[in-house]
Amino acid sequence: MAIIHIDGNEFIANTQHNLLQTCLEGGLDLPYFCWHPALGSVGACRQCAVKQFANPDDKTGRIVMACMTPAVEGTRISIADPEARKFRASVIEWMMTNHPHDCPVCEEGGECHLQDMTVMTGHTYRRYRFTKRTHKNQYLGPFIRHEMNRCIACYRCVRFYKDYAGGSDLNVQGAHNNIYFGRDEDGVLENEFSGNLVEICPTGVFTDKTLSSAYKRKWDLRSVPSVCVHCGVGCNTCVSEHGGQIRRILNRFNGKVNGYFLCDRGRFGYEFANAPHRLNASAIRDSSMIARPAEQAEILEEIAKQFDGSGSVIGIGSPRASLEANFALRALVGADSFYSGVSVQDAICLEAIVNILSSGTIKTATLQDAETADAILILGEDVTNTAPRLALALRQTLHARATTSAAQLKIAPWQDTAIRSAASNTRGTFFIASPAATHLDDVAAEVYRAAPDDIARLGFAICYQLDNSLPSVDGLSADIQAIAARIARALQTAKHPLIVAGCQLGSSPILNAAAAVAQALNHGDRTPNLMLAVPECNSLGLALMKDGSIEDAFAAAANGASTTVIVLENDLYRRAPRQAVDIFFNNITNLIALDHVSTKTTSEANFVLPCTNFSECEGTLVNNEGRAQRSFQAVIPKDDVQPGWLWLHKIAKITGRNASADWKFCDDVARTIAATLPIFAEICKAAPSGDFRIAGSRIRSEPHRYSGRTAVDAAWTMHEPKAAVQNGSPFSGTMEGYYGQMPAALIPFFWAPGWNSGQSLHKFQDEASGSLRGGDSGIRLLEPCASNTAKYPLYTIPAAFKREDSRWLVIPSQHIFGSEELSALAPSIAELCKLPYLSLNVEDAKILGAQPGSTLKVTFDSGQALLPILLAPELPSGVAAIGAGLPGTVEFSLPGWATILRAATEEATP
Amino acid sequence: MLSSIRTLWLTFLHLFHRSETVEYPEQMPYLAPRYRGRIVLSRDPDGAERCVSCYLCAVACPVSCISLQKTEDAGRWYPAYFRINFSRCIFCGFCEEACPTYAIQLTPDFEMSEYERHNLVYEKEDLLISGTGKYPEYSFYNVSGLAIPGKDKGEAEHERPPVDPRTLLP
Amino acid sequence: MNLLLFGLLNIIGILLALVIGAALLTWIERRLLGFWQDRRGPNRVGPFGSLQVVADMIKILFKQDWIPPFADRYVFVLAPAVVMVAGLLGFAVIPVTPSIGIAGNWNIGVLFFLAMASLSVYSVVLAGWASNSKYSLLGGMRAAAQMVTYEVFMGLSLIGVVMLSGSFNLTDIVRAQRNIWFIIPQFIGFIVFLMAGIAETHRLPFDLPEGENELGAGFHTEYSGMKFGMFFIGEYIGILLTAAMITVLFFGGWEGPFLPPILWFMLKLSVFVIFFILLRAALPRPRYDQLMSYGWKVLLPLSLLNVVITGAVMLASGPAG
Repeated sequence: MAIIHIDGNEFIANTQHNLLQTCLEGGLDLPYFCWHPALGSVGACRQCAVKQFANPDDKTGRIVMACMTPAVEGTRISIADPEARKFRASVIEWMMTNHPHDCPVCEEGGECHLQDMTVMTGHTYRRYRFTKRTHKNQYLGPFIRHEMNRCIACYRCVRFYKDYAGGSDLNVQGAHNNIYFGRDEDGVLENEFSGNLVEICPTGVFTDKTLSSAYKRKWDLRSVPSVCVHCGVGCNTCVSEHGGQIRRILNRFNGKVNGYFLCDRGRFGYEFANAPHRLNASAIRDSSMIARPAEQAEILEEIAKQFDGSGSVIGIGSPRASLEANFALRALVGADSFYSGVSVQDAICLEAIVNILSSGTIKTATLQDAETADAILILGEDVTNTAPRLALALRQTLHARATTSAAQLKIAPWQDTAIRSAASNTRGTFFIASPAATHLDDVAAEVYRAAPDDIARLGFAICYQLDNSLPSVDGLSADIQAIAARIARALQTAKHPLIVAGCQLGSSPILNAAAAVAQALNHGDRTPNLMLAVPECNSLGLALMKDGSIEDAFAAAANGASTTVIVLENDLYRRAPRQAVDIFFNNITNLIALDHVSTKTTSEANFVLPCTNFSECEGTLVNNEGRAQRSFQAVIPKDDVQPGWLWLHKIAKITGRNASADWKFCDDVARTIAATLPIFAEICKAAPSGDFRIAGSRIRSEPHRYSGRTAVDAAWTMHEPKAAVQNGSPFSGTMEGYYGQMPAALIPFFWAPGWNSGQSLHKFQDEASGSLRGGDSGIRLLEPCASNTAKYPLYTIPAAFKREDSRWLVIPSQHIFGSEELSALAPSIAELCKLPYLSLNVEDAKILGAQPGSTLKVTFDSGQALLPILLAPELPSGVAAIGAGLPGTVEFSLPGWATILRAATEEATP
Repeated sequence: MLSSIRTLWLTFLHLFHRSETVEYPEQMPYLAPRYRGRIVLSRDPDGAERCVSCYLCAVACPVSCISLQKTEDAGRWYPAYFRINFSRCIFCGFCEEACPTYAIQLTPDFEMSEYERHNLVYEKEDLLISGTGKYPEYSFYNVSGLAIPGKDKGEAEHERPPVDPRTLLP
Repeated sequence: MNLLLFGLLNIIGILLALVIGAALLTWIERRLLGFWQDRRGPNRVGPFGSLQVVADMIKILFKQDWIPPFADRYVFVLAPAVVMVAGLLGFAVIPVTPSIGIAGNWNIGVLFFLAMASLSVYSVVLAGWASNSKYSLLGGMRAAAQMVTYEVFMGLSLIGVVMLSGSFNLTDIVRAQRNIWFIIPQFIGFIVFLMAGIAETHRLPFDLPEGENELGAGFHTEYSGMKFGMFFIGEYIGILLTAAMITVLFFGGWEGPFLPPILWFMLKLSVFVIFFILLRAALPRPRYDQLMSYGWKVLLPLSLLNVVITGAVMLASGPAG
């Protein structure tokens, strides 16, 4: 800490920070463009000029760039100095010489950092009378719109895209005044984090195409804090709504989770909520299975008739439904008749994860920990596609290591260029063991390709290398032993090693091996972390509530007499082979399905109840680190749509089951959960409750400039409808209420006077990149057990993988776009979804006589499919991969053994 | 007291003054060209809608009586709908001030009484006029950097042709 | 029989004249205010806009007759009736001419007038109270305080007149002014009575019970339709009554040369009615505390002084007579 003087006032500064950060942290307004808290400083834009004085007697001073000057004890600077002011105004004026007259037709307008900075420096009138430079635009895919004329050459886009996110197809081209940021040629941006360009770009060069198609300016968007539902990481988002339709998702900073960035699936996947698959109306199907719409009262009455007590009732929960909805179902059908709705493979993995997390002594990493880990081992997970934001965090490992080594040379962590060049010389200690290529391979020091069981064996072999008292792995080749030794040595040199694994391969030995490696590293001053990826947004929450899988429900239905089944937000056809689900549906008498999108399951249901999606109700989700986080209601649902827990509670009321509970709001359910299930005792702390008020006011979720209030509905009614009162919500849902410093879990959108863009975030932080004021949102339910003795998980070393002659082990290959059920319904994401395929390595393809472009017949026990081949040279021999969740492939349970043949038509025409 | 009496007397004398009343509607008042009356949406000199749906009029409106939705056609921004609720409008002219394209203009017409309130809700079709209004020359897309049909990048006023990013020549 | 018929005609004639006159006054007032403000006033309906009254009447009769659910229903309905009745009854003692007038020759005419004037206060107080709303109640309270204040020296200001004429009989009072109008010997009394008269009818500048800029519409905030109309007409009847009393008490009533007595009475009456309207056009409203202190600290001593001086002069000028 140091004391510095800004315009005669004393400020306390972190000596690890530069002056620009210090000024912003002190609440002062200093314009900037190229600096970004996550990207550091390069001093490119010359916008943050301040006057620095050598000592109190120095009246002349010299102009320095605040972002490139360290905050050292006794620094004297002036922001208000006339010369510095003039300098900054000139810089803006130069930038504006080429900036097009586009603000009215620019999606960035109203939340544009360039607009804010122009106003802040006072530049108002264009004096430059000559011509403007122009550029051609490029097509960059369904997410991002490119409008290159608006560029001010701050380099933030390429610094994020290439340096931070590891992309290779967005470059800076040209020279001097011809500089151009784009691809070599038109085409979809390849990186999974391209959506962040929208927020990174200080002006309107990169804008959100999905917003543009239903465009509203920031001041017309009602926003609430939410949690992403498209993977298990639980990134915090701001959901913006207008007229009952989600318009966009923005990142909501959470220092412990997603920081400044989101993946494209999380940012653009929201469109599923507006897609035609949306369920809006209740429906009843009689024996002829023809659906007819039904009123709420009628359908509840009909359902009540099914509960006459003659048959049993079972409920199937969902890893993509909130804790509250799952619990309401559990309360309705009883804890014993409540079944987890996950696949067998997921159930095995989740059980292992719950064991590891709830009994282990190793801390589960936050994403922040992952970003600063100095050695990383990934076992068997394609993180980029299963938990994308985690992959972005892991990618920073080189940077983290370089920052540490730079610190020894007294180079500050914000010196981006210096640290990047230091990082380019390190290979880092990043190891990946996976069956197929991953997008992190480029930063890995070593990559090991093997079948799932061999990956687990590698993990145990590393354990043995770390601690020879542990059982050794038999039958390892010398090569693999050497790899294990290298990895073990590298992990031992690290202070904060991180072991990553996940559920992708459906293998609990891999998870146990990962936990064992972390445990073996846990001594001395080393603090290893563990990060176990889970498939869906509430997988862990559901697993903590109920173990087992969907098969348990199938078994129960097969044994029981006429059964009524309630399925909550779950498409069973994605969880088990089609045959099994069909048999299940034949075994039962009634199927009641609650969902917000129409699925194959809802089309089989006798009663379809439309429930809310993540944007239409409050709900608590538990992410893969065990962090319970609350999302809030952005869209007021139409028609019959109600939260899942409310439907279930109404059924409970009308049938007299669980009659003691009286739930009005989501908070009531959460309180009951906390009181009933000890593991969830803390969940009410995930966010302030619905009666939270600041100075007697709710928090307003609309900006104070919200427009069109008296006209938007005037076409159909002259009586301006009252704002829907959101009882039980800390948000007013209107432009009235409090907006200022508020708890992190309740920040609906980021705005501060003079800072209309998302850059206003720093007004809510005590220090750049630090937590939001009052602590980041969410509460961790699982903390490691404090124990000095090493606690190893289940230590069963699997046998080595043996390839079979006629059968292949088919593993699921995850895709960021397409593998996740909901986001795949979003039109822009659907555009990027892969078509179904089967990938094999070259030798295996040769054995089958398949050429690129051939079609193969894959036969599982549960069914078969014709799939085109995709050659994947890195796949181990005897292992094939199918794109998980892609249409036509969802009905197999993966991984599994299958025979593969060339399709008959192919054989006929060789 | 005296001043009160004087006031009474002076007021009484007004009995013999000329009345200031204008006998509307027999006698029409003079309305200046910049009188703030009924709002219209004007068109470009080439006949296309001037409104680019930038939302500035809506946000400037102190009574929030303007609502619109942007849509896009071949690079041009349009309002998909544009609604002014004249039963709320206070004719302050802020929308005209805010309009960056001279699209929204107030006109010297105030005779728009209706027996039904909903007849005061004007949609885009009711607001659009066929001319350019007070600014005959101006066309926003001629000065904006956006490419539209018939005007590619670099063809607007004061623009150089698009740069070639592949050249390193000075 | 003839006498009875004549009496009935008198009653009906005066009642009709009063009600129609009061109604016409609404139009006259608006036109006059218009002229004094360099406007035209209502001039569209009928000749010179005179049918405006009819239009207003039709409108007011067809307005929804709304009684707020929170109001005290019976009192709420009663209140506007009281003001009409009290105003009309007060006119009974006015001798328009020796022959026209209902009870002009009544020996307690002045006292009856004072009684009726006091009665009209009830109307305002009851209306304010029964409305059961804040503005109305405040208006009613203001009215009560104002009335109590001005009632006192309204009576006192007339003592001088009664002393000079030696009678409470208004006809006698008029006859006593055959030589000299009482405005001259009773100038102070006239001023005090004028002030009190304005205050009693709560006309501008003393219309604080309905001061719209702070009380909405004061005691009649909650009134609409014909009930409001009765307050409205009641106020004009009050004006007519006060103007008639001033005419009778200080300006010799029907007495005058050349013209028939009825015309003289009308002429004098009109001058004061117009004067009342002029007051409204010209003068601003005082603060409430100013109104009260003016009443108690200036007008009350003044009226007492008037009694003393009148008495002294009468004593000095010889035995009463």
